[in-house]
Amino acid sequence: MVHETTLENGLTLLVQEVHTAPLASVWCWYKVGSRDEGPGVTGVSHWVEHMNFKGTTNIPRDQVKGIIEQFGGSWNGYTWIDQTTYLETASASALDRMLFIEAERMASCLYTPEDCESERTVIISELQGGENDPEQRLDTEITATAFKAHPYRHPTIGWLSDLKTMTREDLYGHYRRYYVPNNATLVVVGDVDTADVVRRVQQQFGGIVSGVPARRPTTVEPPQGGERRVHLRKPGTTAYWRAVFHAPAFTDPDFFPMLALDAMLTGASGLNIWSGGGVATPQRSARLYRGLVNTGLASSVGGFLAPTAEPFLYSIAATVAHGQSIGAVERAVLDECTRFAADGPRPQETDKVLAQLRARFVFDAGSVTDLAHQLGYFATIASWRDWTTIGDRLAAVTPEAIHAAARTYLVPDNRTIGIFEPTTGEIEAR
Amino acid sequence: MALAPVRRVLPNGLTVITARNPLIPAVSLAIGVNAGASADPATSPGTAALTARVLDKGTTRFDADAIADELEGRGASLSVGAGRQQVVVSATCLVDDIGAVLPVASAVARQPTFPEGEVATRRAELITGIQEAADDPGSVAVDALQAALYPDGHPLGRPVRGTHDAVAALTRADLVAFHQRYFVPAAAIVVAVGDIDAGKLADRISRGFADWSGLPTPIPLPPAPAARTDRALIVKPMPDKSQADVAYGNVGLSRGDPDYYAALVMNNALGQYALGGRLGDSIRERQGMAYYVYSSMDAGLDAGPLMVRAGVSSDNVERTIASIDAELTAVLTTGFTAAEVDDAKRYLIGSLPRQLETNAGIAGFLLSAEVYGLGIDHDARLPQRIAEVTHDDVARVARRLLDPARVVVVVAGPWSGPAA
Repeated sequence: MVHETTLENGLTLLVQEVHTAPLASVWCWYKVGSRDEGPGVTGVSHWVEHMNFKGTTNIPRDQVKGIIEQFGGSWNGYTWIDQTTYLETASASALDRMLFIEAERMASCLYTPEDCESERTVIISELQGGENDPEQRLDTEITATAFKAHPYRHPTIGWLSDLKTMTREDLYGHYRRYYVPNNATLVVVGDVDTADVVRRVQQQFGGIVSGVPARRPTTVEPPQGGERRVHLRKPGTTAYWRAVFHAPAFTDPDFFPMLALDAMLTGASGLNIWSGGGVATPQRSARLYRGLVNTGLASSVGGFLAPTAEPFLYSIAATVAHGQSIGAVERAVLDECTRFAADGPRPQETDKVLAQLRARFVFDAGSVTDLAHQLGYFATIASWRDWTTIGDRLAAVTPEAIHAAARTYLVPDNRTIGIFEPTTGEIEAR
Repeated sequence: MALAPVRRVLPNGLTVITARNPLIPAVSLAIGVNAGASADPATSPGTAALTARVLDKGTTRFDADAIADELEGRGASLSVGAGRQQVVVSATCLVDDIGAVLPVASAVARQPTFPEGEVATRRAELITGIQEAADDPGSVAVDALQAALYPDGHPLGRPVRGTHDAVAALTRADLVAFHQRYFVPAAAIVVAVGDIDAGKLADRISRGFADWSGLPTPIPLPPAPAARTDRALIVKPMPDKSQADVAYGNVGLSRGDPDYYAALVMNNALGQYALGGRLGDSIRERQGMAYYVYSSMDAGLDAGPLMVRAGVSSDNVERTIASIDAELTAVLTTGFTAAEVDDAKRYLIGSLPRQLETNAGIAGFLLSAEVYGLGIDHDARLPQRIAEVTHDDVARVARRLLDPARVVVVVAGPWSGPAA
């Protein structure tokens, strides 16, 4: 039972009582992510997220460390294309402390010039650590190739030159523009009393002044109109193959048929991008697992369709197995896509993946932290009520709708293919 | 809230442990068998890893398609993983499906057929993973550190995933022999946690596994590893990478060591608490050199390594190593403050309810407590064990385990060695 309240300053509060463990999870979500960034300041949302762990007016820098650990708690945050979010999960007795941290984070972060500079190199190190992974490099390139107009095209961490040149004023300005109560959703789930939570939130957040968040970009990605390709040739040991297809946004009626299509191709992955529900994707009977991994062409294959505010990408990713060719992997995937677009689902295949997805939606909420994540995530990209209807939307999916989704989205004109080809040949690992 | 698990040892030697957790209508199952990489023949590292990959690809009762049909029509998930001590068959399903999933998981652990074609396919899969690790500076650094700390064929000196040549030479017969030797009830533990009565769940599991037979083969105990007494630098140049990975450490201690809890607190204060303890304060927060820096302790049946890890640009490699040296020296000379020790203890105790919230978290905790013989009420006694650690205990274990003059330092990445 979710209780929704809106404070006078516009802050949306969602509370759900769960009394199975003496824990509470608090998440504060902001409608700002890398799609709100223009040239010169790519990566600013993520850098701001880092800065918002560095001390506030009432939490001195040297008292940030341990502020939630004292309660056995963990904290974290992440930034992606549509959203920035922060969380604490700790003993329910630490509720006031968790709310205090989030209220401070919303209104009173310091952004000292020294902290901004020291974090610049931490973030560049984060970017370079990612570059060590050929798959991350390929993901960055393929996304930037698939989008030419929509700001989903640049990586959330930003382009290196922007990270080198952004200023403290860029960071602080972004923080002040978007970190206002009427651009935020606060979620509290756990061993709490709803009326008590509402009272405490009113005390902690009621005095924060609302603002006018910047208008979000309205660019619509034009139809792709032809296959695109990116082919990286770099030192490495292993070849990777990707295809991405422009995909429906979460609220689009095509989203759930597309999710079922992904489950048929690569296994049912659910809708929790934070933890995946902590359960391995069931892949044994998925078409591409059988066609690529069981045949030995690839050592792994996976699909990813994230629920997003605007149309993003559906991706299929394969690791080319030792001794196999990139071309054979590509043919196997594209042939399956063609076959699916021609023939649609097999008898019983729809029932199977709908059962899988129903179970995934249960696993997706397997802790108070995950449950709070799901409420806040969907509140930020659509509305939390949309999350409560996922079972109904799934149940309404028909084989015909899945077939139609394949014919609409899995077509050559809508796809970008990415290849990472290692150039140093085979390096034997001993 | 104590877990109050049910524990039984069946006449065939199998241990069964169950607990109820009402959060979601699902069950997590783990079948742990003492057949991890520490049981790999010395000449065949990767045997347990390949066994795990082929185990669920066909059994005498269910062929691969039947396994898929039984599980996937219900949205159940089953996977097999190899670790140092154990191979673990893990399954997650809705409560209503446990009756169908249990026989499949049992058959996977007990009656795999290791089809010839599957052995070939999964061997290539594992070799691909070995190649990928050879291109990852973090894996290269950790593998080199372990090899240096655990020489002369010690199992901890070999990666769980195995090596290219050894895995390439593994045959079906090797896997069959490994399975026959080690996958026996007395070497296995079945743990199940979910929204279902613990006693009834234990009954069901006991019935399903009662006819499993076979006598255990002890895994030969390797010699106790000797800690380094000198300092060594190993450089693994990977010039095309964007940044370098540092792995810095020495032999730590085993799970049964009397200093274990003191070391747990010490490691937390050194390189875990908040953003990486003292090391994080220095290297990430004050100097801005790394996105990740932390210490870790691998206390198993053997004394695994205590290591510090960091990812830094090549320009900062020497400064990072010097900073780790300086932090260790500071701990040795002036020690941790009383507040640091108290904070670490409070955190370790206070984080237990989070660890024990989910089905999988509880199952993993109970499995590990059984493997290390910690007792069925370990969750209830653990807070006291941590609370009893004193400031002097932490200082003593720091002196025992942290000495910059006795470590191996590995750097893997775009760095070719110290400036002349």
